[in-house]
Amino acid sequence: MGLQAYLILAATVFCIGLFGVVTRRNTIGILLGIELMLNAVNINLVAFSHFSGTATGMIFTLFTICITVSEAAIGLALVILLFRVRRTVMADHLDLLKG
Amino acid sequence: MTLSALAFWVLSILLVGSALAVVLSKNLFHAVLWLALALTGTAGVFLLLNAEFLAAVQLLLYAGGIITVVVFAIVVTERLVGERLSQTSRGIVSGALVAIGLLVIIVSTLTQRQLPSTPLPQLGDLTRLVGEQVLTTYVLPFELLALLMLVAMLGAIYFARPED
Repeated sequence: MGLQAYLILAATVFCIGLFGVVTRRNTIGILLGIELMLNAVNINLVAFSHFSGTATGMIFTLFTICITVSEAAIGLALVILLFRVRRTVMADHLDLLKG
Repeated sequence: MTLSALAFWVLSILLVGSALAVVLSKNLFHAVLWLALALTGTAGVFLLLNAEFLAAVQLLLYAGGIITVVVFAIVVTERLVGERLSQTSRGIVSGALVAIGLLVIIVSTLTQRQLPSTPLPQLGDLTRLVGEQVLTTYVLPFELLALLMLVAMLGAIYFARPED
């Protein structure tokens, strides 16, 4: 399969993740959508790396995977903290800053 | 159809199907399990692209680490409130419009470009190349990454500490 097929696959997964981020009401569900989107970006990087014959894209993917794990840990800690303070994880109910 | 093309299509269907299940399933626990399947399918795509090391990292960090942490977070937040695990979505039509519009833009751009269909010859063993470059050319970002993970761990512990 050519580079185009991998890029289209990654774009499809990215858009599904975007749909999840936009439509989910639960904060953890939104985080799951973000994970899908970051995962699609990783597919892109590895595909470019494979088709150009260099390792740079794979090193970049290694970095993004580690940053994503940090992001998930901080995000879930924030969700737990949010739940402790507001007793809800629904994004609709978190409208403290709404005028 | 060659074996690699067949593997690509099977993995694509698996990946897209499980990704759709992640964003559409009503039960949040099921969504997390579907996400685990999607991440495992991504590891398969990495294997198809000759990135064995990244496939292993993907399985260990993502499918192992993140799924465990997310399940833990669900258990902590949902059990206390005593609600059912079902979750609703809002603005499905507008969300689908945004996602499909973006997909159409990306795919139309991609199909207009001339992209390589066969990979260039690789410069030897890619895993060895990754290891060498991470510890020579990219050693400063690598160390900064270690610092970032330390700060993230400290931050998570600070946020989740018991109230005093």
